[in-house]
Amino acid sequence: MTTVDRADAAPPVRDQSAKRRWVGQSIRRVEDPKFLLGRGGYIADRITPGTLHAAVLRSPHAHARIVRIEASRAKAAPGVHAVITGPEAAELCNPMPDFGPDPARHTWRCLAADKVRYVGEGVAVVVADSRYLAEDALELIEVEYEPLPPVTDPVRALADDAPLVHEALESNCAYERTFDFGDVDRDFAEAEVIVRDRLRWHRSGGQPLETVGAIAEYDLGTGSFTIDTNTLSFTSYLFMAANTLKVAANKLDIRPVPAGGSFGSKLFANKPAVIAAMCARETGRKVAYLEDRVDNISNCDHHGSDRIYEVELAMMRDGTMRSIKIDVIDDYGAYIQFGVGHHGNALAQVVGPYTIGSVRYQVQAALTNKNQQGAYRGFGSEVNNWMLEQMVDKAARELGLDPVAVRRKNFIREFPHFIPTGNVYDSGDYDRVLDKALELADYSHWRTEQERLREEEGRYIGIGLISAQERSVFSATEFWFWFDEPGAPVTSTPESVSLKVDATGGITAILYSCAFWGNSPETMVAQFVAEEFDCSPYDVSIVYHGSRDGLPATGPGGSRTTVMLAGAVEGAAGKIKAKARRAAAHLLEIDPDDVEWSDGGFHVKGDPERKKSLAEIAIALHLFKHSFPADMESGLDESKVFDHPYTTMPSADRKDLGVFYPFMGHACHVPVVEVDIETGAVTFLHYAAVHDCGTLVNPRSLAGHIVGGTAQGIGTALYEEFVYDDDGQLLSSSFLDYLIPTATEVPELTIGHVETPSPYTPHGVKGGGEGGRMMAPAAINVAVNDALYPLGVRLTELPMTPERILSALRAAGPIGGRAG
Amino acid sequence: MTPTACTINVTVNGHPHVAEVEPRRLLVDFLREDLGLAGTHIGCEHGVCGTCTVLLNGASIRSCITFAVQADGAEISTVEGLARGGEMHPLQDEFSEKQGLQCGYCTPGMLMRACEILAENPDPTPAEVRSAIASNLCRCTGYQFITEAVIGAAARMRATKEVAS
Ligand code: FES
Ligand code: FES
Repeated sequence: MTTVDRADAAPPVRDQSAKRRWVGQSIRRVEDPKFLLGRGGYIADRITPGTLHAAVLRSPHAHARIVRIEASRAKAAPGVHAVITGPEAAELCNPMPDFGPDPARHTWRCLAADKVRYVGEGVAVVVADSRYLAEDALELIEVEYEPLPPVTDPVRALADDAPLVHEALESNCAYERTFDFGDVDRDFAEAEVIVRDRLRWHRSGGQPLETVGAIAEYDLGTGSFTIDTNTLSFTSYLFMAANTLKVAANKLDIRPVPAGGSFGSKLFANKPAVIAAMCARETGRKVAYLEDRVDNISNCDHHGSDRIYEVELAMMRDGTMRSIKIDVIDDYGAYIQFGVGHHGNALAQVVGPYTIGSVRYQVQAALTNKNQQGAYRGFGSEVNNWMLEQMVDKAARELGLDPVAVRRKNFIREFPHFIPTGNVYDSGDYDRVLDKALELADYSHWRTEQERLREEEGRYIGIGLISAQERSVFSATEFWFWFDEPGAPVTSTPESVSLKVDATGGITAILYSCAFWGNSPETMVAQFVAEEFDCSPYDVSIVYHGSRDGLPATGPGGSRTTVMLAGAVEGAAGKIKAKARRAAAHLLEIDPDDVEWSDGGFHVKGDPERKKSLAEIAIALHLFKHSFPADMESGLDESKVFDHPYTTMPSADRKDLGVFYPFMGHACHVPVVEVDIETGAVTFLHYAAVHDCGTLVNPRSLAGHIVGGTAQGIGTALYEEFVYDDDGQLLSSSFLDYLIPTATEVPELTIGHVETPSPYTPHGVKGGGEGGRMMAPAAINVAVNDALYPLGVRLTELPMTPERILSALRAAGPIGGRAG
Repeated sequence: MTPTACTINVTVNGHPHVAEVEPRRLLVDFLREDLGLAGTHIGCEHGVCGTCTVLLNGASIRSCITFAVQADGAEISTVEGLARGGEMHPLQDEFSEKQGLQCGYCTPGMLMRACEILAENPDPTPAEVRSAIASNLCRCTGYQFITEAVIGAAARMRATKEVAS
C-alpha cells in the first residue's frame, strides 16, 4: 500500500478538558419563535405583489426525442408574459453546473433541449401573472415527441445493446473503477470462510415538506441578478451557476432564506434558481418559480442511492473479519451531477467500526431513464453501513456466533486509526456505545421474550443490532480522487462567520450559506458565541449574507455545519478578543499580557476588580478612535474563513485516498420489531439508539436529529421508494404513493449519548446530523431477518414492503411446513 | 376564460373579511396571498400531508383542497391567531421547550391540528396524540418531541382552566 505522510499532516491535538457553560446545554433553539408564530419567512412567503409566477411543463415520456414544440396558443393565453421552450432555453443558458465525470458527454440543462431522458424532465416554462394562469397555459403547449425505448434497469443499461441515455457518451456507464486497498488477495487466500451475498437498495429521497423555490430579479441597469432561494451552498463554485446564466460571477447574488427541510435535497440545487432567473431576464420582471410536489418528486435532481451489491466478506472461524470485496452498481438516473462522490462517502467508513485489513471496491455508475441522484442524508455512506451490517449479521449466522460477540471481536480500539482506504477515525469508544445500547434496549429481556412469544403465541419478534459509523465533515478531495488525472483537484471547503460587536457590546453573527435547513445553525452559533463571550445565546443576533459579496461558505452537507461553524466562531472570536485585549489593556494602562478574559471582559491578572467589560471596550473602540494608538482602527468586527481542519492528499496510485472525512461518529441501534407473517407488516415493540458525536453542543437538538433521521430510516427500510416501471413511468409521484412515515409508524426512541471528544475540533464536536438515517435501515433489516430466521427467510432488498416480505415468505415454503 | 369572481364573507382569527375570489381559488392561496397570512404552508397540494391545516369552524381542514368559496360564512383559525398580545399559546411555548420542530414547515399545521385534538380531548395519552397527529406529516422530527409538546401543553392548559374555574 502506498501511504501518504500521516503523522505530519494531523492537526495539533487539543485539550478538550475546558469547563463549558453553554456548550452542552439543551437550551431552547433561537430559531424557533419566528416559525412558531407563522412568520418563518420561507421562500414562498417572500413573493411580493406584481411578481410573476413560473410553471414548468414536464415530460410524460421516459425517453423521447423532442420533434417540435408549439407554444403560440400558450403565449396568447390570458396573463401570460412569456413561454420559453427547452430549445430556446438552450440558447439563453449554458448547461447546468455539473461535477460529474466528462460533463460535456452527458450535457445537463435546466430544460431538455433535444430529447427528454426521464418522466418529469422539464420541456418548457410559462411565466404568467399567477400560478393558476401559468398552469392553464401549460395545457396549451403542444409537444410532438418521438418516443425512444427507455432503459430503467441499471444492469440492462450496462449491456452492450441497451438504448443510450446520452449518445455522446457511447455507453450508459458514466464511471467504472476498481480500487484495492491493502492485500485483498492474500487476506482472501488466508480466510477460512467467505460469506457472500447480493443486496439491493432501491431509491428513496429527502422529500422535505417544502420544495425548492427561487425568486429572481434582473436589473437591466447593472446587468445583474438577485435571487432569493432556499438553497445556497458551495458559494465559491457559484461562478458555474453564473456561467449557466451567461453573466459574470460578480453579477449574480444568491441570497439564502430559511429552508423548510432539505436532508440533502437542497444541496447545490440551482436549477429552480436558474429557471427563475432566465424568466426574469426575459420578462424584465421579478419571477418566482416554486416547485410543486410533483416537480420535486419527479424532477428534483436529488433522488438517493439506487444500488445492487455483490459482496464477499472473508472471515476466520472465530469471527475475525479479514477482508471485504464490494462490487456495486449504482443507478444514477439520467445525469450524474456530483459524480460518484456518494461512494467516497462509503469509502470514508467502508470497514465500519471493524479492524478489516483490506478492501476491494468496484463501482460502476449506470445511467438510466430516471431522475438523477443528488444528496440524501447519508450521501451513500448509509447504504454502505446497511450492506456491511447485513454481511456481518449473515456471517454471525453462518458461523454460529453471537451477533454481539462478533462485533466486539472486531472493534477498533486504538485511535487515531487509519482504515485501509487511508481515511482516519479520529476517536471513538465502540464498546461503551454498545454496552449502553444493550442496556437501554433491555437486550437480554427481549431475547427471552422473543423465544417465549414465538413458542407460546406463534409471534415473530426480531431484534436488530447494528454498530456503525457516522463520518462527519467532508473535504474536497473526495470529489476528484476517483481520477488519475482529475480536471480540478480542488481542496477548499471552507465555512465563514463574521462577528460584529456593536458600540453597546451587542454581538451579531453573520453566516454565508443557506445554513438553515431545519438543523440548528443559529442555536449552534449562539451557543458558541455565548461560550466565547459569556453572554446569553438569546442576545446574539444572527443574519445571513448573500453570495456575491459574502465570504466563502460550503453550507450544510456531510454533517459538517456544527463543526465548521464552531471553528469559524472560534477563529473570529479569537481575533475580536485579541483586539479587545489590546484596547482593554490600553484603557487600564497596563501591558496586554497582564490582562485576562473572564466573565465577559478583560481584567488585570490578580486584580479582578480592575476590569473592562466587552461593552466598555466596544464603545471605546467604536467612538473614541483617537484615544487609542494610531494603528488601532475604529470598530470591533472580525471574520474567520475556517478551512477543513484535517485533509491529506491521496497517493498518486490511489491505493491510499488520504484523510478526507476524519471526525468519526459512531452509533448502535437496537430496534425490536414484530413481523406479521399473514400481512407482511412490521411494527416496533421497542427502539434504542445510542450515538457518539463527540462533545454534545445541544443534546436535545441532537436527539431531535436522531429521532428524525431514524424516522426517515424507517421510511427507507419499510415504505419509501421512487418506483419506476419498465416504461420509465414514475409510479410514486405523490405522497399518496411515496409513503413518508407518520406518527404511528415511528416508535418512541430510547436515546443514549456517549461523548468521545474529537481531539482535532473546537470543543471536540463531531457532526451528527445524519446519524439516525445512517443506522436505522441497517438495524431494521437485521431485526426483520432476526424475526424471520426460524422460517428460513432473509430479506436482502429495501424497502421491505409487505409485498416483498410476503413473497419472501411464500418463496420459503408453505406456512404449515414451518418450524415455530 | 377568466372565471367570474364570487363574493365571500369569512372571519379569520376573529377578523371579518369580505372578498372577491375566483371560484377555483384555493383557500390556502386566499389566506396566504390575499390576506397575507403566510403562516399556513403548502406541502403537497394533494390533501395528503396536512401542512396546510387550518380550522374551519373549529374543525381541521386541508386548505389546499378547499376552495375559498367553501369558506363563505365560516370562521377560520390559522397559526397567526394563536399567540395573544405577544404571548405564545401554551402549544407554541411547549413546542419551543420540547424542540417539537426543526425546519418549522409542518409546524403551523401541526399546531392547528393539536388545538383541535386538545379541544376534543384535554387529557390525551401519548398514544392518542400519536394516532391523532398521524393526519399530519413531519419530515424532520420523527414526531417524538411533538408528542411530548402536545402532552405538555395539555397539562398546562388543564392547569390554567382549573385556576380559572
Ligand atoms: S399541502 Fe395540503 S395536505 Fe399537503
Ligand atoms: S419540522 Fe420540518 S417538517 Fe416538521
